[in-house]
Amino acid sequence: MKLDHLSSPAPRKAPSGIIGFDEITGGGLPRGRTTLLLGGPGSGKTVFALQYLINGVRLYGEPGIFVAFEETSQRILANAESFDWKFGTLEKKKLLFIDAQPSYDLVQTGDFDLCGMLAGLGLQAAQIKARRIVFDALDIVLALLPDLSARRREIYRLHEWLVNRRMTCIVTLKARADEPSSVTQQPYGFMQFMVDCSVILNHSVIAGVSQRNLRVQKYRGSSFDENESPFVIGDAGFDVAIARTLGREDAKVTKERVTSGIKRLDTMLGGGYYRAACVLITGFPGTAKTTLSGAFAEAACRRGERTLFVSFDSDGTEVIRNLASVGIRLNRYLKSGVLRMVSARTIVGSPEMSLVRIKAIAAEHKARCLVIDPVSALANSGSQLAAHGVGQRLIDWSKADRITLVCTSLLNEIAGQSESDSTLHISTLADTWIHLSYVVQAGERNRGMSIIKSRGTAHSNQVRELILSNSGVTLADIFTAGGEVLMGTMRWQKESAERVEDEVAEVAGKLELVTLDAQQAELEVRLKAVQTELLAKQLEKTLLARTTASRKAVILHGSVRMRELRGGDAPKHK
Amino acid sequence: MAVCACASCVAATRRSTSERRVTRRPTYKFRLYVADDTMNSAQATANLQALCKTHLPNRHEIEIVDVFKDPQRAILEGIRMTPTLLRLAPLPIRRIVGTLVDTQRVMETLGLVTSVP
Repeated sequence: MKLDHLSSPAPRKAPSGIIGFDEITGGGLPRGRTTLLLGGPGSGKTVFALQYLINGVRLYGEPGIFVAFEETSQRILANAESFDWKFGTLEKKKLLFIDAQPSYDLVQTGDFDLCGMLAGLGLQAAQIKARRIVFDALDIVLALLPDLSARRREIYRLHEWLVNRRMTCIVTLKARADEPSSVTQQPYGFMQFMVDCSVILNHSVIAGVSQRNLRVQKYRGSSFDENESPFVIGDAGFDVAIARTLGREDAKVTKERVTSGIKRLDTMLGGGYYRAACVLITGFPGTAKTTLSGAFAEAACRRGERTLFVSFDSDGTEVIRNLASVGIRLNRYLKSGVLRMVSARTIVGSPEMSLVRIKAIAAEHKARCLVIDPVSALANSGSQLAAHGVGQRLIDWSKADRITLVCTSLLNEIAGQSESDSTLHISTLADTWIHLSYVVQAGERNRGMSIIKSRGTAHSNQVRELILSNSGVTLADIFTAGGEVLMGTMRWQKESAERVEDEVAEVAGKLELVTLDAQQAELEVRLKAVQTELLAKQLEKTLLARTTASRKAVILHGSVRMRELRGGDAPKHK
Repeated sequence: MAVCACASCVAATRRSTSERRVTRRPTYKFRLYVADDTMNSAQATANLQALCKTHLPNRHEIEIVDVFKDPQRAILEGIRMTPTLLRLAPLPIRRIVGTLVDTQRVMETLGLVTSVP
């Protein structure tokens, strides 16, 4: 039990342990006081009261007494068996059921009072040290009293008895279902004086869908959520839906990233989705929303994270088969138990009911990642307002439980190409919004993917083409032309054109190289020839010098010799 | 437990044993659950005694149980509303809730209507 006021000797409120109700009332029912529970037939009064008592025993160690005026305790117990409350063992020890149905053949003459019951109750309450008590369908016994003053007197008597024993009490009364708000006009409106808190349960049918609402009408000395809150009666009993209000504790945030299952998409998102984020994938039918969420689920399973896949469109086996065709193999994870597929065809009823079921299954599976495909199916039944609330609560819940949520949302085709959101208005709350669309270009329809927003992460602004093949899902390379991203065969054409261009350029390059080689060779040959010629010229020059010198010597020698031979002159040098 | 010991009853009992021959008609045994001295309970006690005196002279026994003094008996007997009158004999057990203000109705329920002229 959470104590808000540690200084006060006893907590002022007795927690009911009913999901959502303690939040609405800021802690539970007024302790030691009486709470009036009003509602039409079948609005869940008995279940609420019973759950309050059982939670009192199970969770807060407060024994309780259930006084049944309408149904027999056997029937109430039998009905309670259908809920997930394990109370068979403790029932005898700390929970007492008292049958107080007036016998059908009861003969009554004149006035009577409830002293007999209260005397017995006083003893029994003391025996089990009861702290909580429920008077279920008190109107049954009050109706037997002859006049209004007698009823008033018995109410006073009951009130006094309760006040003296300081037990936290719930009195349930039938109210007219059509006018739940005008409690003061109810037959037992005067009971208001004795109760410190009154709660109205309302069960209506809107557009063919059952809708249950709970409203706290008054709560003396305490603030409370004054609005009608939708609730459902699920396997665990009451589940009151609460909207986030100011001052409520925020969920813890993390910077941890989880992969989207598509490498290139992770890059576009700057690393992937945030853990515990809500990712919305919108698109028209057939734009591969399921495939994208399937890729996420597969990646989560590969990491060993328990994943829940809720499909509103088709059966789980169909989804697995269809995803296998694009290389997303979920079957092994289904077998190993990491993945749980839920076909939402098994979930029927109001959006509230669906949400509660999803929450219950997710809790049971201990899911860390959740895929809802498509979340827009939640809005298909019931009122739009309720659906919007469900969307909000879905996100609040997943964030609080740190579940990474990927939901797809089907866009109305008639709405055209505008990236309008579904009635759930999830887009404003979603952290990452990926939009898938068909891009019609040159007579073709191709899948385009863009990130509309991604809070807290840098993300690519590029529209990318989503390629589905039997080897997997990926994003195509970007080819742009004239300000348009090319997709499909235009991208392919562009790709092949570039390929051809490359080849031509390569060949041309080779050719040029060969030509240059030839030119170089030619020049080298020419160089060699010139060098040889040069050498020849040098030799020729040497030869010429030699012959000149020898000729000179010969001439000189010749003249000397001639002179000697003539003997005319004596040698000059001698 | 308190057997009715008012003067008239005692006198009637004495008369029945001494003067008249005991008839074959059965003795009526009543148990009246009352709550303290609340007005309803006081009225019921008075009404029952008056009725017995008139219609069942000398052949009735009345036990009055106060639920506040003996709540265990009230629990065992399943008494929710007070005053509650039980006709223990003759069988079957009959139950009447209230101040017993409607004598005709009470007599019918208790099976005394034939004795009314």
